[in-house]
Amino acid sequence: MILRHLPALQVVIPLIAAPACVLLRHPALAWGFSLVVSLVTLAVAILLLVRVMTDGVLSYALGSWAAPWGIEYRVDPVNAFVLLIVAGIGALVLLFAKASVEKEIPRERVSLFYSAYLLCLTGSLGIAITGDAFNLFVFLEISSLSSYILISQGRDRRALTAAFQYLTMGTIGATFFVIGVGLLYMMTGTLNMMDLSQRLPEVATTRTVRAAFAFLTVGIGLKLALFPLHLWLPNAYTYAPSVVTAFLAATATKVAVYVLLRFFFTVFGADFIFRTFPLDEFLMVLAFAGILVASTVALFQPNVKRLLAYSSVAQIGYMILGISFVSATGLTGGVVHLFNHAIMKGGLFLALGCIAYRVGSTEITDLEGIGTEMPWTAGAFVVGGLGLIGIPLTAGFISKWYLILAAIEQGYWHAAAVVVIGSLLAALYVWRVVEVMYFRPRPPGRAPVMEAPLSMLLPTWVFMALTLYFGSNTQLTVGVARQAAIFLLRGAS
Amino acid sequence: MTVAWLAPLAVSIPLAGAVLIGLAHRRPNLREAVTLTTATALFLCTCALLPSVLDGQEPRIVLAEPIPGVPLALHVEPLGMLFALIASFLWIVTSIYSIGYMRGNRESHQTRYYVYFAIALGSTMGVAFAANLLTLFICYEILTLSTYPLVTHHGTPEAVRAGRTYLGLLLATSIGFQLVAILWTWQLAGTLSFRLGGVFADPPQATVTGLLLFLYLFGIGKAALMPLHRWLPAAMVAPTPVSALLHAVAVVKAGVFTVAKVIVYVFGLDALQQAGIAHWAVYVAGATILIASVIALRQDNLKRRLAYSTVSQLSYVVMAATVLAPLSVVGAAIHIAAHAFGKITLFFAAGAIYTAAHKTEISQLDGIGRAMPWTMGAFAIGSLSMIGLPPAVGFVSKWYMLLGALDARNGFAIAVILASTLLNAAYFAPIVYAAFFRPPSKRSGVAQHGEAPFPIVLALTITAVLTLGLFCVPDLPLQLAFGLVRSLP
Repeated sequence: MILRHLPALQVVIPLIAAPACVLLRHPALAWGFSLVVSLVTLAVAILLLVRVMTDGVLSYALGSWAAPWGIEYRVDPVNAFVLLIVAGIGALVLLFAKASVEKEIPRERVSLFYSAYLLCLTGSLGIAITGDAFNLFVFLEISSLSSYILISQGRDRRALTAAFQYLTMGTIGATFFVIGVGLLYMMTGTLNMMDLSQRLPEVATTRTVRAAFAFLTVGIGLKLALFPLHLWLPNAYTYAPSVVTAFLAATATKVAVYVLLRFFFTVFGADFIFRTFPLDEFLMVLAFAGILVASTVALFQPNVKRLLAYSSVAQIGYMILGISFVSATGLTGGVVHLFNHAIMKGGLFLALGCIAYRVGSTEITDLEGIGTEMPWTAGAFVVGGLGLIGIPLTAGFISKWYLILAAIEQGYWHAAAVVVIGSLLAALYVWRVVEVMYFRPRPPGRAPVMEAPLSMLLPTWVFMALTLYFGSNTQLTVGVARQAAIFLLRGAS
Repeated sequence: MTVAWLAPLAVSIPLAGAVLIGLAHRRPNLREAVTLTTATALFLCTCALLPSVLDGQEPRIVLAEPIPGVPLALHVEPLGMLFALIASFLWIVTSIYSIGYMRGNRESHQTRYYVYFAIALGSTMGVAFAANLLTLFICYEILTLSTYPLVTHHGTPEAVRAGRTYLGLLLATSIGFQLVAILWTWQLAGTLSFRLGGVFADPPQATVTGLLLFLYLFGIGKAALMPLHRWLPAAMVAPTPVSALLHAVAVVKAGVFTVAKVIVYVFGLDALQQAGIAHWAVYVAGATILIASVIALRQDNLKRRLAYSTVSQLSYVVMAATVLAPLSVVGAAIHIAAHAFGKITLFFAAGAIYTAAHKTEISQLDGIGRAMPWTMGAFAIGSLSMIGLPPAVGFVSKWYMLLGALDARNGFAIAVILASTLLNAAYFAPIVYAAFFRPPSKRSGVAQHGEAPFPIVLALTITAVLTLGLFCVPDLPLQLAFGLVRSLP
């Protein structure tokens, strides 16, 4: 009975819990409550994925208003997977959050922080689950507004300017997005994505639809930090509280990539996008630039959080590269990297959170000697770093495997070369940190520190264990990603 | 339980040993006992695999399937058997040596050292028994990473710099070339499993084959083909047992072993012969042999001279494999064994000199043979093997390589082998001469020391005796090497 309403519950539970959380003034209570909510959300996401895998696409009419008129929630292999990632990471990061938040957020604001976190989670889940273009915009705004709040809570005062910068860029992105949706509505009279996909071909050649497409692409590109629209990301990630950085890095951009996939392949269809426009070439060039430029910039960052932020921009490049191949293997690589990168980067930012908790800084010079003082944290960082490089038996290797394979299949040797060079650049920026952690003694100015508390280490290592697990057993990741890729390509043809 | 399970067991014994060594952190004697037991257990385990391989069976086992169609699988064939036997046996000897060396020099972080050593051996077993290119690649990369902490063991700026070169070159070549070659092979052939005679059902164009061969030969950085050899001299900052077992046996042999495996099992000798594009590889390997020998001549640091000698000797294997005659492949296989025993003896001796006399330069060695007769005697035997003179095993491998080159009518290879024999003599003979026949000079000082600690002398005596023994009784390596060639279609 209640199972029938799973799609609605996925969003409604955290949405209702968020204001309720404000009432819990005690930090530990607010944390416990949010954790329970996020675990329930995760359970719902798992159930949804299982049902989609067995029964096929789920359609849910919100408030029983039938599809083209009412809002439809539509769960297929693609977004079931995204829901699982978002809910899973939301829960794991919360598990980590308690000690870190108590240290970084003033006590009186902790419960507000958690309610903003739940709202952000709601927004991301909503974006992923909805089948309605305008509803997607609403959730986009929910997640964006709450993430501005979350970012501005960083201890460094520069967090405020970072949040403001993100607010400006994010608002432009959202506006572009809603203009695009508006234009589509003007031409087709519908907002439902499936309905749109059926009605668009008739009007596909009009300039309005093309303009709509351009607005949507740029709008989404801003949200997912597609190079060169990524300028908000490094500051936002660097100055946000550790927990927020880990959560946003692992979910927000991933959800945006999902939106891109959804609009490209389901709403417009591959034919429209890659035949009418040479968008695949365009995207590939942006992906190349993102991978190479951002990785190079990462090499020179004095702050490790910022280094990883630039690395994120580069990794988004890989996902976009996977999409730009417009082949089953390429899309598999892109989607699988979406998942793998979420795990690796989430874990890496949590490891940095451990360091920030003890050392109080993530400047690379403050990491000297951490290798011996915080061996487990440093070890986690190394594992995540190996994943970014793409060493075999880590999840990152699987992504690279499919991306290079897709490039070779189509004879795009330059793409294969870029992936390889990107990996080597990653090796350089990861190893820069590793050398500092392990081979430099603790500077005399810094007091000795202890290993991070278990409540923080455990979630960090869960991420790392998953990184290793999904590097050796890809049944779930590649299986689902391949299904999603085939589903997306079929929806297009 | 079938024989096939012994292969994954061989990979996991050292890994389990690594965990136990880590747990015995606070009790050095127990820790060393664990190392020795693990090494012995591993050797027995590989020995247990031997009879079935000699029978011509090739145990196979699939462990997991990380990527659909490409399983993690092990497959014991003669060449891998030979490599595994050498590495596991020499691990026992090196462990004995390590105890004397690490304690004698009061090295720090000894537990870490033994742990990563064991992991490196586990991945070496994985390389030896890998059934397909993916499994091999995975173990190859773990071997690179697990030896990094050993190279940078001392933690000095010099060690960190060397570590950078080491990791940089090995990772860059393996990800940049080898991985791409593997994926390309997968795309062309639809399989990555090693198959005698090659994996390509219908051979790709000659240019494609040539490019692939290029990607493989330079992608396998551990084979130290010039100009990608610099990581090997850099790795010499490591404690000497590491240089001895890993950078004269396990790691570098993993490289040339992979080259041989790729040529025999991925391309196939005949297919490469028909494509007629392997000549350049013979030239590159030949050039590496000669250039590295000339560089070795000019090194005064003993370990660096040995390292360049290794670079040159590794290319013998690459050259013999790319000559593409069955007999030269036999020579390549035996050279893996011959060089292993000879070079480990030489490194053991270098470490013994450092431990007992704290000398690292060749010019300081005048007259040292009188104080350290066992050590320098072993060094002389190792040198004989490097030069390729009887009664050392190096002669056997050179013999087959020459026969193979004659079969293939490859004049260049013959000339290189002969010329490099002279060069080898030129850089090893003076050391032996100086040690025994020159009086101690002012620079070397009058010997205040005797022999190195007993475990060290024991270890280098064992390997020296075996270097001679394998010349007299080379049956086992020959049997395995011919087993590899006999099954060629």
